[in-house]
Amino acid sequence: MSTATETAHHGEHDDHHHHAPAGLKRWLLTTNHKDIGTLYLWFSFIMFLTGGAMAMVIRAELFQPGLQIVDPNFFNQMTTVHGLIMVFGAVMPAFTGLANWLIPMMIGAPDMALPRMNNWSFWILPFAFLILLSSLFMEGGGPAFGWTFYAPLSTTYSSDSTALFVFSVHIMGISSIMGAINVIVTIWNMRAPGMTWMKMPMFVWTWLITAFLLIAVMPVLAGVVTMVLTDKYFGTSFFNAAGGGDPVMFQHIFWFFGHPEVYIMILPAFGIISHIIPTFARKPLFGYASMVYATASIALLSFIVWAHHMFTTGMPVAAEMFFMFATMLISVPTGVKVFNWVATMWRGSMTFEIPMLFAIAFVVLFTIGGLSGLMLAITPVDFQYHDTYFVVAHFHYVLVTGAVFSIMAAAYYWLPKWTGVMYDNTLAKWHFWASLVSVNVLFFPMHFVGLAGMPRRIPDYALQFADFNKWISIGGFAFGLSQLIFLALLIKACRKQGEPATSQVWDGAEGLEWEIPSPAPYHTFDTPPLIK
Amino acid sequence: MSQAQSTNPNNRLVIKLVGIVCGMFVFGFAMVPLYDVFCDITGINGKTNETAVVYEATDIDRTRLVTVEFITKTTTGMPWAFEARTQRIEVHPGELNTVEFYVKNPSFRDIVGQAIPSVSPGTAAIYLNKTECFCFNNQPLLSGAESVMPMQFYVDPQIPQDLTFFTVQYTLYDVTAAAKTVAEAQASAE
Repeated sequence: MSTATETAHHGEHDDHHHHAPAGLKRWLLTTNHKDIGTLYLWFSFIMFLTGGAMAMVIRAELFQPGLQIVDPNFFNQMTTVHGLIMVFGAVMPAFTGLANWLIPMMIGAPDMALPRMNNWSFWILPFAFLILLSSLFMEGGGPAFGWTFYAPLSTTYSSDSTALFVFSVHIMGISSIMGAINVIVTIWNMRAPGMTWMKMPMFVWTWLITAFLLIAVMPVLAGVVTMVLTDKYFGTSFFNAAGGGDPVMFQHIFWFFGHPEVYIMILPAFGIISHIIPTFARKPLFGYASMVYATASIALLSFIVWAHHMFTTGMPVAAEMFFMFATMLISVPTGVKVFNWVATMWRGSMTFEIPMLFAIAFVVLFTIGGLSGLMLAITPVDFQYHDTYFVVAHFHYVLVTGAVFSIMAAAYYWLPKWTGVMYDNTLAKWHFWASLVSVNVLFFPMHFVGLAGMPRRIPDYALQFADFNKWISIGGFAFGLSQLIFLALLIKACRKQGEPATSQVWDGAEGLEWEIPSPAPYHTFDTPPLIK
Repeated sequence: MSQAQSTNPNNRLVIKLVGIVCGMFVFGFAMVPLYDVFCDITGINGKTNETAVVYEATDIDRTRLVTVEFITKTTTGMPWAFEARTQRIEVHPGELNTVEFYVKNPSFRDIVGQAIPSVSPGTAAIYLNKTECFCFNNQPLLSGAESVMPMQFYVDPQIPQDLTFFTVQYTLYDVTAAAKTVAEAQASAE
């Protein structure tokens, strides 16, 4: 009780004396979770467009067979940096931005627990990406070894700018770790009185579990890039067979990070979808407790499946069997989630506002990505699918129509709360339908060319793949252009052009964030609400 | 206020979480020796013993034969000629055998080489016991010099019945830059 009064008192004190500096300084020095959330979200959107522009270069080169637009080394840099930017610059910061904006409002806290560290964890990010992008303009070029930076590609055969790649990954890692620590401490210590663990909103739950995954595996990534650095520049032999090391060990350590990483990029998406579907189906989430346990089991299982990325490295059959079955086991909790979303919609009074359209597209298309994942998990057939466009199709279905669609759904869902105005519905419809059609034209044919044997990460292909690739490229350009509609919509909303939003915004919306006015005031929940 | 901060629950939690972060960073590096130990025990990555084992002339299994094949390979930038004098040998488990490898340095510079063995299928690696091998040390060769390098081994009689054939591949690396000088390597090899 005394803590609550103390916090309330402190909050008032803040209101009286807090005059936020204007202009650039406001953003540079801010410790406000909403400001930092906004910074993260805009940063991730800029990175999304940057990484997208690189994808356009890739698709332009692959429009026709033969080499025409860029040289292979630059093509390799494009595939590498596209991957790095989309993973570490677009998807992860977008989720951190959403966490910053939403977690304090959802649990009734006045701010994040560690506001200064919050400022720092955002502001080191632009420098990480500045370093990474600057290496593209250096002699010998930037990283060209794929986002997975397998040794010896990244050690023996990489360009001189590899040290910059390593440092930028270090900075990204430090930023994510600080963000994750902040999320855990906030959720652990700052929930409003009465908000027990099993009353927490799903987005908060999924982020809590994601944050634990982050602090468990980002340090391993930091370790493996450090080994690459010392192998390349300081003569160690972690991955060099001549000095007693083992290049296959790189893949083990990398994927020990890498597999939980893919769940880091999807668990918060599960949380978002678990908010949106109940709102527009006007029914409470079906199976809340099973959702929580499913999320936790996915997170735990993610630590014992890493070698399914390595079936073709010559593992013993027993190990291949273990990783195959462990991987397939993950489809059980994931299936529980999809079942629960469908059951939530079942006999609901559904309406199809834009966030709901994105959420339904997520459920359908993410499931397609999940099914191709199951196909890839089958060891004997993985030998054929490995490193083909089938894999590219699989992870773009789960990351673009999965993670990215969920982020867009979240943006549309909470945008009225953030800006105080409803988004432009015409632009939003154009954005959704254009994205939905083009994303499938872009990624679906990749399954076919992949099964037929088209290898990934190669700037040229056999003539038999020409027609499909033309369609894929057209889909790619259309998907890229569709995102400019989203940009226009966001600018409009940020300029407060649109119908004013009510505090509840959507009539089925439930949760603490819908009880405060729209736009959300700069300081919220100075006095913690009481949860019944 | 300062007293309140030291008992601040946030600080205590942050310290624990930073502890996990540091622990996982160390774990990343600990995976390197763990990987080696794991592979040593199971032999699943095809690595063989890196120091000589002592041959115990106990029971030689005369009832069966295991075929051992030797192949050689040089990596990019390694100019040596490198070949197995014996490319295929049939041995009784437990019996001591010697095979020879020929190397020549046709280049105009002195080079230190290092051969790395790898056994395929990997599960056979733990049954290959080398009592003497050129792969235990750096091999220096002056420009134009040639040499015959012996390798002495026996197959563990414990080898499963169905494992009747395995291949040992030696990959030769140029490690001149890492070995301080050719002379020093020569000294340490002797």
